[in-house]
Amino acid sequence: MIWRKLAGYGPALILAVTLLVLWELYVRAGQINPQVLPTPTAIVQALIDNWGIIYDHTLQTLLETVLGIAAATLLGLLLAILLDASSWLRRAIYPLLITSQTIPIIALAPLLLIWLGFGLEPKIIMVMLYCFFPIAVAYADGLAGAEPELLNLLRSMRASRWQILWLVRLPGAMPAFFSGLRIAATYSVTGAIVGEFVGAEKGLGLYMKLEANSFETVQVFAAILVTAVLSLLFFGLVSLIERIALPWYAGTVARA
Amino acid sequence: MQPPKLLVQDVSKSYRHGRQTLAALESISLTVNIGEFVTVIGPSGCGKSTLFNIVAGVDSPTSGVVEIDGDGSEERAGKAGYMPQQPLLLPWRTVEENVLLGLDVRRVPRKKALAEAHALLKRFGLAEFAQYYPAALSGGMRQRVALLRTVLFNSSFLLLDEPFGALDALTRLSLQMWLLELWQTFHSSVFFITHDVREAILLSDRIYVLSSRPARVVREVSVDLPRPRKSEHLALGQTVQLEQELVALLLKEQML
Repeated sequence: MIWRKLAGYGPALILAVTLLVLWELYVRAGQINPQVLPTPTAIVQALIDNWGIIYDHTLQTLLETVLGIAAATLLGLLLAILLDASSWLRRAIYPLLITSQTIPIIALAPLLLIWLGFGLEPKIIMVMLYCFFPIAVAYADGLAGAEPELLNLLRSMRASRWQILWLVRLPGAMPAFFSGLRIAATYSVTGAIVGEFVGAEKGLGLYMKLEANSFETVQVFAAILVTAVLSLLFFGLVSLIERIALPWYAGTVARA
Repeated sequence: MQPPKLLVQDVSKSYRHGRQTLAALESISLTVNIGEFVTVIGPSGCGKSTLFNIVAGVDSPTSGVVEIDGDGSEERAGKAGYMPQQPLLLPWRTVEENVLLGLDVRRVPRKKALAEAHALLKRFGLAEFAQYYPAALSGGMRQRVALLRTVLFNSSFLLLDEPFGALDALTRLSLQMWLLELWQTFHSSVFFITHDVREAILLSDRIYVLSSRPARVVREVSVDLPRPRKSEHLALGQTVQLEQELVALLLKEQML
């Protein structure tokens, strides 16, 4: 069962390994200075050698990401419910929401630094800014997608607006919420890194910046590797939570 | 004298569509007496479901009177158990939780609601499926669950809108018999929609035939077959004759 699932990743694995081998061979053949582009094996070696320091920075980034995603989830759900509450609110909020996404978030990072300093808060806000939009839009669409016949059924039972929301529409939109959250999860670590890049006391973004400034490209790559793994882990974690929270959606036959 | 379960008097319904006014129902009058099984048949798209939505209290007539138990107030929702064409089970609720949906709307404590749902599932042979999610059930089973949900919400007056329309012939026959058993157990009054003449004859005490849009009552017939009904009754001479008559009438309406 598990093997069959893993076999599904076979093609991706083959492609990734092929690319890495080509990369390794290209650099080793002396086509490019390893100082400019280190080999994959050197990157892994650097990661192992510096694990103590990188681990410390990773923990900081992890903390910022988790808090940021939590804040983005709250804000996203709240916005979705507001968007759904009345057509007036929808018309008021939706254009602003879209416009907010045209702002380059990276440009806000120095401002947040000025307003809030070098601590945790500006990074949490950065992650939130990167993540709330997909959650809000996906959940709002999910809420709007409730079957009209189902709403009629509830009305025929004399259900109040709130009961319809609580019994039918909020739970019915949960799969949409999780698709939004999955997208958000892949952005989230990047949000924290960007925040740290601009100014921080600790974190993978800061580490990358310092190492890049001293031309330690291999260390930058090591930090990038950790970032990628972290993002994938978040994606996987969201999928796992979804399977546990929505067993009916994952194709479970009956409640245990 | 006790008032009829349902009295529909001179009910008309028209929709505004831009500048045009579309008439859906034209001066419909009919009754369902207490404990009676009454069916409405009519060509497809004639406005049968509009009539049901009005009786269920999710739509209101343009003119005319609808009384349930002699009460003609506009607040009709909740006075009938309404079952639409699709089973509309909530996929995140197990069978037992779907069956008690109406009790949730009425804010019955969960423990009491579960006890009632269990008793009903057991009485009608679905106890072993109580913990199943709807996705794991066949079409016929879903309709049974939807029917039990309807009965648990309100067993005294059932509004059934083509509940067996999407089922294969054999499943349909078994559900028809099952419905009759249910009806006799609860002494319900039933208002039933179908476009299947045989189904109408097999189930009903009386049949109203509607015209094509805008719907009027063109014929009212009593079905004089003994109870409990059996599928063999469909082969009787008088039944076949009635069937031919009604089919001819419907065909004529469909042509228009």
